[in-house]
Amino acid sequence: MRYEISLEISYEYAFAASGGRHLLRMLPAHIESRQHRISGYVSVNPAQEERTDRFDFFNNAVSEIASHHSHDILTFKMLSQVECFEQFRSFNLSPDLEKLKEEMSQLQNLSNESPLHFIGDTPRVRINNDIKQFALNSLKGGMGCLDIIETIGLKLHEEMTFDPTATTVETPMEDAFKNREGVCQDYTHIMIACLRSIGIPAGYVSGFIRTIPPEGQERLEGADAMHAWVRAWAGTETGWIEYDPTNALFVNTDHIVVAYGRDYDDVAPIKGVLKMFGEQKTTQAVDVVLI
Amino acid sequence: MSSLSPVNKMPAPAEKLLKNYERVEGVSDELFDHEGNIRNAWQPFVNFFTKLGLDDIQRRIARGDQYLRDAGVFYRQYDASEASERDWPLSHIPVILGSSDWETITAGLKQRADLLEMVLADLYGPMNLVTNGYLPGELIARSSSWLRPMVGAQPHNGHFLNFVAFEIGRGPDGRWWVLGDRTQAPSGAGFALENRVATTHVFSDHYRKANVHRLAGFFKRFRDHLYSISRENDCGVGVLTPGRLNDGYFEHAYIARYLGFMLLEGEDITVRNGEAMVRTVDGLKPISVLWRRMDSSFVDPLELNSASMIGTPGLANVVKQGNLTMINSLGSGILETRSMLAFLPRIHQAINGTDLLLPNIATWWCGQEAERRYVLDSAEDMMFGPALSRSLPFEVNEMHPMSRDEDGQTLKQKIVENPSDFVAQETVKLSTTPVFEDNRLKARPMTIRVFLARTEQGWDVMPGGYARIGIGEGKTVLALQGGGKVADVWVSSKQHVEQETLGSDTKTEYVRKIAEVLPSRAADNLFWLGRYIERAEVLSRMTRAYHTRLEESDDFDTPLLNVFAQYLKMHNIKPDDAIPESICNALMSAMASAGHIRDRFSVDGWLALKDVSDNAWKFHKQVLPGDDTADAAQVLLRKISGFSGLVHDSMYHHTGWRFMKMGRALERAGLMASVLRHFIKQGHPVGSLDIPVDIGDSLMTHRHRYLVNTNRETVVDLLALDNLNPRSIIYQITECQQHLGFLPGEDDHRQKSLLSRKMLRLHTDLATTLPHQVTDKFLQNIENRVYEICDLISSTYLT
Repeated sequence: MRYEISLEISYEYAFAASGGRHLLRMLPAHIESRQHRISGYVSVNPAQEERTDRFDFFNNAVSEIASHHSHDILTFKMLSQVECFEQFRSFNLSPDLEKLKEEMSQLQNLSNESPLHFIGDTPRVRINNDIKQFALNSLKGGMGCLDIIETIGLKLHEEMTFDPTATTVETPMEDAFKNREGVCQDYTHIMIACLRSIGIPAGYVSGFIRTIPPEGQERLEGADAMHAWVRAWAGTETGWIEYDPTNALFVNTDHIVVAYGRDYDDVAPIKGVLKMFGEQKTTQAVDVVLI
Repeated sequence: MSSLSPVNKMPAPAEKLLKNYERVEGVSDELFDHEGNIRNAWQPFVNFFTKLGLDDIQRRIARGDQYLRDAGVFYRQYDASEASERDWPLSHIPVILGSSDWETITAGLKQRADLLEMVLADLYGPMNLVTNGYLPGELIARSSSWLRPMVGAQPHNGHFLNFVAFEIGRGPDGRWWVLGDRTQAPSGAGFALENRVATTHVFSDHYRKANVHRLAGFFKRFRDHLYSISRENDCGVGVLTPGRLNDGYFEHAYIARYLGFMLLEGEDITVRNGEAMVRTVDGLKPISVLWRRMDSSFVDPLELNSASMIGTPGLANVVKQGNLTMINSLGSGILETRSMLAFLPRIHQAINGTDLLLPNIATWWCGQEAERRYVLDSAEDMMFGPALSRSLPFEVNEMHPMSRDEDGQTLKQKIVENPSDFVAQETVKLSTTPVFEDNRLKARPMTIRVFLARTEQGWDVMPGGYARIGIGEGKTVLALQGGGKVADVWVSSKQHVEQETLGSDTKTEYVRKIAEVLPSRAADNLFWLGRYIERAEVLSRMTRAYHTRLEESDDFDTPLLNVFAQYLKMHNIKPDDAIPESICNALMSAMASAGHIRDRFSVDGWLALKDVSDNAWKFHKQVLPGDDTADAAQVLLRKISGFSGLVHDSMYHHTGWRFMKMGRALERAGLMASVLRHFIKQGHPVGSLDIPVDIGDSLMTHRHRYLVNTNRETVVDLLALDNLNPRSIIYQITECQQHLGFLPGEDDHRQKSLLSRKMLRLHTDLATTLPHQVTDKFLQNIENRVYEICDLISSTYLT
């Protein structure tokens, strides 16, 4: 499957904003045997005085840009072509929670892929009793990790209402969980907390999904903006798998990965600090076309 | 010491002091050894101290306390409602260590500092300690002090750690133990210096002769080291502080002043093309060495903690690119994690094949199964805490294993459920040291913080330290917040000690690279300090003038007082206000501005300012309208003059001083224009014209110069156009012009700046106008232009 992906994010300021410095993580990832980036670039308008490109701890591509002048509008554009490959998995080898715990205790490395980074609390994901109870109530004895991941994802999908007006990017996950409403970011953070609360390492994936579904299938939620889903570790044998709780499905070639992290803070497409006063307006446009 | 004088032969009152000293059963004591003999290191001090009478001791203690108050040493007390500045809780008796104890401590801590350096280099590099099983990956990965963005960053000068501290204590067997490692941004070295100065005020005659190691050499060598790793074109070395609301701010300002470093906050620094630059009144200046006094994650809101309001966006990457040395490296706080103590001894053993010279207190991370079983079995002898905590034992009340939380769960149950969240440490009995309380010597538990700095020759240990003393009987909480005290630490020497000072010695002549770098924020605060002080002064004059007239007429409702009241209303002052809140607020704002620049501001100046402010609030609450208020305003005016005189006579006339003077002059010019406009209007009642002259403190001058009663033209002439009257508008503008000429970017050979052109035009207009031409419109125009110049100074120099 080959896609052409375009993303445009723009900020409009009531008063000219000055001295901005931003970190950008919006370019699709290049992952061996999963997703190849054929082309891709990010442009910024107005042109920035400084720009450096590097990879972060989780091996995501990051651009740091800075402008020393003030501007009313700031626009980021990303254009990329990506080839996605079908993923095949054996569904039977994942351990139960007891076994997973044992496997975890054997882990002794802190490379970027290590599940050890994806347990406990992180800035945007906090485990609490309600979440743990919710996760435990979904379980049946003897379930393997993959089953557990799917079961929790399905249950969240059933109980939550997708509502872009209910939350913002800053809404704490606890609120979204209490009200059982939100968008892909909320679904993803809540599911990560559920999985971590019972000992399954889980992280955050930012990316895109195709805009027009294949013939005869429903359009997926979250296609008109950047999307988010969960990456969970189902034991040494199975390794990392990705699940989209907003659409209740295991991820395959409809999803294009941009960045992996522990939660949204690690992968935000634009992280920035600029001096400004008054209101700002943000618009985002995404198009993911099969070519 | 040739012979120990037996306790029972000592003269009174010494005999009593020592006899009544009750040692605590089962712990070591610093003054007495296990056999009950006074330790050798203490003998000279004891000989001296016990000859003093109680009165003399009291006098000496008062002298030390007076020094601390004069020096403005304080700490911030946080209680439920607010943070406040409290007196420094010095215990006046030093803790004295002998050379053999000191040699043990020194060797042990140098070895430990090297171990920590190695562990840190591994955790931000190859991570072999985790891969090979010496450190649990889970512990590192879950700590928010291990900063992933810094993995792979090599420190510019080759060392992750350049300044560390260790909290040590003496166990019941007499051996020293490490209680905690301080690697993030260790505090206390500056306070140790202050404790030393205060304690030598108490025992000056003895200290001069005593063979006690001096502290200055340590700071000198560290300062020289930091300059040696900075770059040729740097504008200096910076101390990076979280700002004046941090409980360590006094120390940051103190140490910056002591060592001649710049005190910088995050917003003083900006990043340009991979380099850190200081925003100064002379533009951006490069810097490459920062002594960091805030937690790593707050340093950069972009790459590290996005909630940080005190950082500099992009700074972490400057470090990563090798263009900035942080003392210590970003992410060094991971070593302070309490659970690390469980693994360090084994790591040292594995690398060096020997045990650590100084052990740390036995520690078990509950995330390990065998360790967890062991500590749960012997829970009664353990202190428990959060595994990732970086606080020191004794700083907080430890959790009791059987205590229940609000869910009714015991700590034991929680440990079983989430074992890796907890750490256990053996309960340590600290040694005691004497404090002087209620005319008695009492034994109190203590720990000592020892500081190590890196120099060209390796680790240098400060020969002394910062002792923290508990409040006593059965209490082990040592934190200041919990009511503890601090004391100086003397390291006694068998030989005569060299007198060291911070100044350069003749062999290595040391030259300050750049005479003066004034950060824009400091200049901004000085400018506003000048403005607020003047505002408080003018408001006080108005208050005095109004209430004198009120007292004379005995009625609020006269035509003259009504005209006056209308004007006061513009400054939020009501006719029946006594000392108005506006004055208090102006002084509070002045204090806030001065508080930001404690490193550039003398302690006397600060105390004088605080005194004015305290008095204003007191008067605001107490005095009555009329004479009472006029008198109070007079007192405030005298105090403000005192402050101004102090600043004028003793503050070095550097660029910062000029900004303060300009702020003051412009505020005075603007307010005078506004006062004149209001009171010289046609048709005002008789006496109105005297009011601006009174507010301008120029009644006498007017009488001498004009030999007539006030009329519109004499008043305008004297207060707006007279070159020689230090209250006139033109006088302020002339003064401002002179200061402006000394500022960066202003010199005679270049085209005049916008600011100096505007200033010149304003001056010319004032100089070429005759009194009868001064209209309301003219004054309004002058006032507007004065504030326009203020804004222009801000945008040119202060942002």
